[in-house]
Amino acid sequence: MRTRLADRDGALAWIFLMPSVLYILLLVALPFVLAIGFALSDVTAGDPSFDWVGLRNFERIFEDPVFWQSLGNTFIFTSISMVLIVVLGKVLANILVADFRGKWIVRFFVLLPWTTPVALSSIAWLWMLDSIFSPIDWVFRQVGLLGGVGAAIKPDTNMYWLGEPGLAMGSVIAVHVWRLTPLAAVIMVAGLVSIPRDLEEAARVDGAGYWRRMFEVTIPLVLPVAAVAALFGAIFTFTDMAVVDVLTNGGPNNATQVLTSWAFFRGIDGGDVGQGAAIALFLFPLLLAAAIAILRAVKRMEV
Amino acid sequence: MAVVEVKHLVKEFPGGVRAVDGIDLATEEGEYLVLLGPSGCGKTTLLRTIAGLEQPTAGDVLIDGTIVTGLPPRARQIAMVFQSYALYPHKSVYANIVFPLRAVKMERTERDRKAKWAAELLGIEHLMQRKPRQLSGGERQRVALARALVRQPKVFLLDEPLSNLDAKLRASARDELKRFQEEIGTTTVYVTHDQVEAMGLGDRIVVLQAGRVRQIGPPVEVYDDPADTFVATFIGSPPMNLVPRDGVLVGFRPEHLLPAPVVSGSAVPVPLAVDRVEYLSGDRHVYGTARGIGEATRVVARLPATVDAPVTVGEEQDFAVARSRLRFFSAGSGERTGEVAL
Amino acid sequence: MSYAMRHVLSRIGLYLLAILAALLCAAPFLWSLITAFKQNRDLYNPANNPFVFNRPATSDHVLYLFERTSFGTFAWNTLWVGVLVVLITLLLGLPAAYALARLDRPWAGWFGVAIFLVYLVPPTLLFLSLSRLIVALGLQDKTWSLVLIYPTITIPVSIWLLIGFLKGVPKDIEEQAMVDGYSRLAAFWRAVMPLAFPGIVAVVVFAFTLTASEFIYALAFVSPTPEKVISTGVPTELVRGDVFFWQSLQAATVLVAVPIAIVFNLFLDRFIAGFTQGAVKG
Repeated sequence: MRTRLADRDGALAWIFLMPSVLYILLLVALPFVLAIGFALSDVTAGDPSFDWVGLRNFERIFEDPVFWQSLGNTFIFTSISMVLIVVLGKVLANILVADFRGKWIVRFFVLLPWTTPVALSSIAWLWMLDSIFSPIDWVFRQVGLLGGVGAAIKPDTNMYWLGEPGLAMGSVIAVHVWRLTPLAAVIMVAGLVSIPRDLEEAARVDGAGYWRRMFEVTIPLVLPVAAVAALFGAIFTFTDMAVVDVLTNGGPNNATQVLTSWAFFRGIDGGDVGQGAAIALFLFPLLLAAAIAILRAVKRMEV
Repeated sequence: MAVVEVKHLVKEFPGGVRAVDGIDLATEEGEYLVLLGPSGCGKTTLLRTIAGLEQPTAGDVLIDGTIVTGLPPRARQIAMVFQSYALYPHKSVYANIVFPLRAVKMERTERDRKAKWAAELLGIEHLMQRKPRQLSGGERQRVALARALVRQPKVFLLDEPLSNLDAKLRASARDELKRFQEEIGTTTVYVTHDQVEAMGLGDRIVVLQAGRVRQIGPPVEVYDDPADTFVATFIGSPPMNLVPRDGVLVGFRPEHLLPAPVVSGSAVPVPLAVDRVEYLSGDRHVYGTARGIGEATRVVARLPATVDAPVTVGEEQDFAVARSRLRFFSAGSGERTGEVAL
Repeated sequence: MSYAMRHVLSRIGLYLLAILAALLCAAPFLWSLITAFKQNRDLYNPANNPFVFNRPATSDHVLYLFERTSFGTFAWNTLWVGVLVVLITLLLGLPAAYALARLDRPWAGWFGVAIFLVYLVPPTLLFLSLSRLIVALGLQDKTWSLVLIYPTITIPVSIWLLIGFLKGVPKDIEEQAMVDGYSRLAAFWRAVMPLAFPGIVAVVVFAFTLTASEFIYALAFVSPTPEKVISTGVPTELVRGDVFFWQSLQAATVLVAVPIAIVFNLFLDRFIAGFTQGAVKG
């Protein structure tokens, strides 16, 4: 029997990989290069002719204070979200691995934030955080935190979750965390499950109580997976546009503007494709650096 | 040094499986007690129940006279070595060893002293800064032992710690283990499925099957005076020969089945139709069919190198067994019965 | 404290924590469920308790969703786009993952990482250039444009996950098949695929979730109502200017969220297994 193509490992490897590689090259790499091109051009919606302008777009966005505010916001949102997502995700993961009655229902409820299309869940939150009708405000009013003179937080009837700059930022972060914690939890369950049972039992016999076991045995061993969960959390927060767009549209006064929404605003709403591309271009190297750092750290944490 | 006792212990798992089915046991002070049996006999479950990692369905565990059944593992002053050694992979050898001491909040200098003492006893003081993945199998075992030793527990519990070592290493590790225990003198309960290990290590052996104790006794007793056919065939390699005869099983060990001229004293003749001879490390294993002592049965004879009486394949030869070496078992229950005239 | 007492207390703690977590995650949805059936006058009254029906429940708004908006069309679009995208993802991604996981080429490790890094290129960057491509292909404002583009999101991450699953299949199985007379290709199809199947299902569910949730491309490339998917259709149809059809919106949210979550839940264990392999060893 001659060696058929189906046996030739080298050839097979290429054949198997080619379609994906081609697809990615054509629909990701090429557009990426094109986007860089846009960033260096003066293309606008009104004037689609392509003229090189060098770094002028970049100069312009650097001069724009909103750009810096967006950059800062992106960092703040992402880092705070990442921390919360990992910590809460770990707690949730512990709950998910435990065995108890009604486990399936709890899992189902816990998955809802992640599996719902982001646009829809954001809209649901839009009402929850509404300036007049927010149910949260209603509860606060009932328990005396809001409304009237003796209220604990303030005498107004509403918190203006999306209207006050600080609260708006908090709301955006909260929605991100709410949406992504289930994903982080699911990822970390993988890590928890892969810890050999022996280790936990040895720690029990060695005399370690619950907290010592948690901090000295479980958490160090789960750290690589937690890092992956953090990475996914960062990716989904960093590249998100929907939550900000739906909840605050970048407001109030750009308090919640992030790079993605600002790029969309400038590039599409504003029609300045060159600027939009320049702004968006900042996203990639930052995310890349973060990803490489995290993946390197994971590799070093291998035991 | 303490006595471990188990009273009417039963452990039933969901689904009705009784891993431990009514066991009564008591160790002696400072002894090396081996729990021996095939997979699924309940030996590991028994050990884990003593450790407190499993809760018994019924019965009690006592350590040094105190009932510990309701106590968590760390309150029982025991130490355990797992089959996988369960070394914390992210901690150094030193950190692994002091971990139990930190759990009881021992202060730093005291911890260091004990860790050093344990490490020196096991000859691993040069490995203190290494991580488990950098150690060989034998070194890992010693670290696990050091970690167990450092708390100076009342009882050592070991769950097949030699099975992960390769065969060559196992014999020397076994030797080290035994000398270690003799020096320390702590009561040890040791689980294994390997009867060679059991015979080599145990002061007494507990033979278990299907959650019940079949026999307890020193190796010599378990070997020479088996309580039933299970013990007789589980211990000894090759296992004891059993020939059915009138509702009784006549048993004799392969090393006692020898060519007739070699057997002195009152003996029972066993005509053997030889069909195969194996040469193993100086011994000859002779396989054949024995007639005349009962129903025709395939048996093995083990001739040591010192016996060089000729054995021919394909011929019927006169073998014999000394009468004092015969053991009799009831064919129905497998239990040991008294002598039967032949 | 005795064993038994401590055990009982920790169980109680666990149940409380689990209930709290479940409620926090699902609260918006539970509340959406109620809101969907509220009358306008009940809803638009800040003094009313938002968690109960102060006026009798009505199915008007839910019906509005089905009868007066193209919700059905959106759901249908999302469904067939999702199915096609998943198929394309598997078609391209599974062989690629197999090649990287098994066919021991020295560059395999790098490739895998590179593919994952592709995932990091954000849609907000690409959609400007991609829209040019879409127009050039004549797919502007057609749902098919999404079928073409969505795999850029699903393929990289799916390959990464699939590599993890495939590595979990013991090499012996394929080698046995090859010794038994099958070519490498046939061994892959007959011996490996069945064993990796649960993992593949998990990837399918994950990819579908990503597709249904996608917002940016759908917003940028598809404007006509009958072509829209749920992710863009629902917000635009039910939000006219400043007027939000809240009840219908909430109904839509619940209707979409629940089935996906149920399916995801069914395959959760598989999904977790894949991350173990991919994350820790990949």
